[in-house]
Parts: sequence; structure tokens; C-alpha cells
Amino acid sequence: MAKILALDTSTDACSVALSIDGEIQEDFRIIPRQHTRQLLPMVDEMLTAAGLKVTQLDAIAFGRGPGSFAGIRIATGAAQGLAFAAELPVIPVSTLAAIALNAAREYNVDRIISTLDARMNELYSCAYQMRDGLPVALVNETVSAPGSIILPDGERWFAAGKGWVYLDNMSAEVQQAVGTPVLDIYPSAGVMCELALEAFDRGEGISAELAQPVYLRDTISWKKISEQKKKGQ
Amino acid sequence: MRVLGIETSCDETGVAIYDSEAGLLGDALYSQVAVHAEYGGVVPELASRDHVRKLLPLVKEVLQQADMQADAIDAVAYTAGPGLIGALMVGASTGRAMALAWGVPAIGVHHMEGHLLAPMLEEHPPAFPFVALLVSGGHTQLVQVDGIGEYTLLGESLDDAAGEAFDKAAKMIGLNYPGGPEVARLAEQGDRSRFRFPRPMTDRPGLDFSFSGLKTFTLNTSNDLRVDGVLAEKDRCDIAAAFEDAVVDTLAIKCRRALQQTGFKQLIIAGGVSANQRLRERLEEMVKKERAALFYARPRFCTDNGAMIAYAGCQRLMAGQSSDLSIQCQPRWPMDTLEPITKG
Repeated sequence: MAKILALDTSTDACSVALSIDGEIQEDFRIIPRQHTRQLLPMVDEMLTAAGLKVTQLDAIAFGRGPGSFAGIRIATGAAQGLAFAAELPVIPVSTLAAIALNAAREYNVDRIISTLDARMNELYSCAYQMRDGLPVALVNETVSAPGSIILPDGERWFAAGKGWVYLDNMSAEVQQAVGTPVLDIYPSAGVMCELALEAFDRGEGISAELAQPVYLRDTISWKKISEQKKKGQ
Repeated sequence: MRVLGIETSCDETGVAIYDSEAGLLGDALYSQVAVHAEYGGVVPELASRDHVRKLLPLVKEVLQQADMQADAIDAVAYTAGPGLIGALMVGASTGRAMALAWGVPAIGVHHMEGHLLAPMLEEHPPAFPFVALLVSGGHTQLVQVDGIGEYTLLGESLDDAAGEAFDKAAKMIGLNYPGGPEVARLAEQGDRSRFRFPRPMTDRPGLDFSFSGLKTFTLNTSNDLRVDGVLAEKDRCDIAAAFEDAVVDTLAIKCRRALQQTGFKQLIIAGGVSANQRLRERLEEMVKKERAALFYARPRFCTDNGAMIAYAGCQRLMAGQSSDLSIQCQPRWPMDTLEPITKG
């Protein structure tokens, strides 16, 4: 089985995981604003303990977002750098899919709405159905206002992740369709390793320079000169 | 020692390979100017995003230029500040991780030290000690340089940087961002005797600068000349000429004072504004009278680039310095807090 190193820095959590022969070790820490200092020492420690060099791995996986812009760029940069230098393929993994898998494991649920707080009164979200032990996305990942969240259908859903902090602002249908949300479910490198192993077997590794963050929120926050003038009038 | 240099502190992605024996082996640059022009200034988030897309393709490009396999790199140098924190982090995290995978040392480089040492990449480099004028969109500083890492700040701008003043003056006369280089182009066609703009802070001792008053003067002059809100082409050129002369004169006066104060006979100019032709000519005249010499980098290495980071990093690495595995960037980083390197 493939040897895969996974990194995630998309939230306040910073995690590194290593899969060798299907066995996964994980170093998971909640360390707001300390990711840049600790990420590579964590990688180095884990590889050293396993007696491996980066070049002996088969692929690098990373949490490609959505999440904190600065955060997902740290994991992207580190993954790009490691993979480029060691000539390894990269496997970008969705942070929302990682939350779904963590929720399924911890709470034994199989229909999950994964979310992250996108700030500015919005959330990132996606609906997942567990199939053969893995989360399958039923819709596209989106960033949206709480009020515009629509669930795929009316059955019960498990509400996972920090985006549910906006529950009170969601529609009555959504509030009825979910139980009490569990906010403290994070994306983590351990489950990303599992998702990456599957993707690796399907041949989904890409070259380092193609490994890019998925922000979901694009240019809306910045005004072009033409728009700035309109605003000033 | 072969060093891969990475620069991502603002809106240019620069990568280069510098070899301590063979010199510069590869150098590639991607400018985001067009991305930010639509917004009238650098949008930090967009700059960071663009660096992530462009960095590795540029690394590949310089390896090809150097006709070199990646494992021939002995160390990685990346800009660790000052600059936009999100942009810096892209180069730092990618560069630091590459060094880890290659099993080679890495070092975080001070962006302005990179600029300051850029003239060392030229055929006739200056020797220490010298006076350095760092002039860019973010800095206007006079520095006494006794060696690498031995910097004494002699004076700096109390408000706008000279390059920033150029960009703002450009906007006032109807040029798009970033208009600094355009101002110089218009000035060439202007009548330099029509207006005389103030030379701020030259009437008193000291080596500090201030460009905000000059900016206001430029605004008032251009407003007075507007007819139905429109500035005639000739007026724009004449204002550009008067503005450029005022900045250039001010810089030259302070540089002369700095040479006299230190007794040094070498002046280097670095940073984006050091590519300004009028400034170079004016300083050449000045240093001749002072029996001193002027040094500057080729225009490509005046603006942000990877070569200067590779060079500066190489000097520090050869002196035994390096950064650990933590990726640390400092958006603000006073240059006089840098460590000297032991010579030899």
C-alpha cells in the first residue's frame, strides 16, 4: 500500500498524518496562529520516527480548503514544496469531506451536512452520504449566507462543523431537518490520509504545481476601480 | 554553493539560482501588475493567490535555464519580510518545505537587504563600506553599510516612500496604477523650467525625507490647470517633469549629505525608483563633484526579483547562518536588527 503524508492547516487545528501499509498515525494539535511555526517540525518528527525521507513517500495529501485563506495556503505551499522537491504526486483533499468522515466515525451517522465558518456571516457547506465507509458529496461545495442553505431532501441530517454557529439564522426547514449541531468536528490529516489513499488508488494524484487551494469565496470582497467610482457617487 | 532564491513579498513572483562560484545561473520573474491595476493598488489576498499559482512554474523555469536537476540545489533562500504577510508566507512555506525534502539548509532573507546587495550581482560591484539609498514603493532610506548585516539607518521618509509619491502623482495627472514609471516617461517630454516644486526638508540639516507636501503641491498645481476637469497633455508633461525633478533633487541633496557625513566614497542606489534614468544622471553628476562613485543594479534587479534574494541568502548561508523548520515571516522588520556576518 502507498505511503502517504497528509497535512492540514485549514482551521485552528494543525495536523499531520502518515499512512504506512494502511496504518495511519496522526499528530493533531489545536494551535491557533502557530501553524507556520509547528507544521514542518511536526512533519519532520513524524517522518524521522518512521525512519522515512520525503523522497521515500508515494504521495503528499493536503487539506485544499475551503477554510481560512491564509491557513489553506500554508498547507498548499508546504505540500507543493515537499512534493516538487521529492518529485511526488499531490492529492488535494476537501476539508468538508474530512469533517464528514470524522463525523461519521465519531457519531456513527451516514448523512452529514459538513460546514466551516466562512466569517462575514457566511458558511462553507456540503452534504455527504456515506457509502462503503467513505463520504460522497451530493451537491457542490458552496459558500453562502445561513438563510440560503437548502438541504438535498427532508430526511434527518447530522450537522457537523463550525458553520452551524449560524443555525438560528437558517430556515425553519433546515432547523427541523437537523439535530443539535456538533460544532467541534474538525478536518484532520488522519482522515485525509484515508481519503487520499482511495484517491491515489484511483490514480488521482496531480503534479505539485497543479495543487491549488479551493477558496470558494472569490473576488467578491474587492472592488475594481469601475465599481469603486460607482460606490463614491 | 548553489542557492535557489524565492521572492514573494508583494506583487512580483521572482525565482533565481545563484552559484557562489559561477554567479547567476537562472532568473525568472512574473509580475502581477496587470492583476492589481484594475483595483488601483495591490490587493493582498489576490497577490497571495497569484503567488501560489506562479511560484512552482517559475522554479521549473529557472532549473531549465540553469540546465540543472533539482537535486543540484544546495540551499533555499526566501524573502521572510518586510512585505505583505500572506504573500510572504507563500514563498516561505513552499521554499522551506522544498529545503526539507531536499535535506538542505534554508534561510529567510530580509527583502531590503536583498535590494541593497543587488548591485553586487553586477560586473563591477562596490566594496564595503558604502552609503546606500533604498528607494522603492515601500521604502526611502539612507543606510550606512559597513558590511553584510552591519547597517546604520542614517535617514528615512517620515511619510510616503518616494515610489509611492510617484504612483500618487501619477494618479493626480490621470495615469493608471502603477504610474511611477509613466511619470518618468511623460517628464521626458515636459518643460522642466515651467514649474519649480518644493524640495522638502532640504532647507534644514538631517537625512530624513518627506514627500507628502510635494504630493499636495502636485495636486494643487494640477487642479489649478484643469479646464472642465481635464488636464492638457502639455500640462501633464510639465507637471511630471517638475515633480520628477523635485524628487530627484531631494534624493540627490540627501545622498550628498550622507556621503559627506560618513566620509564614504561609494554610493549605491537600489529599489524600484533606482531604475529612474533622471535620478541616475543627477547622482552621477553629484558623485563626480564629491569624487565618489555610484553603483546600481541593472533595471531588472532594481525592482523585486529572486536573484537578489538568492545572492543575499547565499552570503549568509556561507557564513553558517540558516533558519530552522519553523516558517517565520515578519511583515515589519527593521533592517538594523539584522545580524552581521563574520567576514571571510
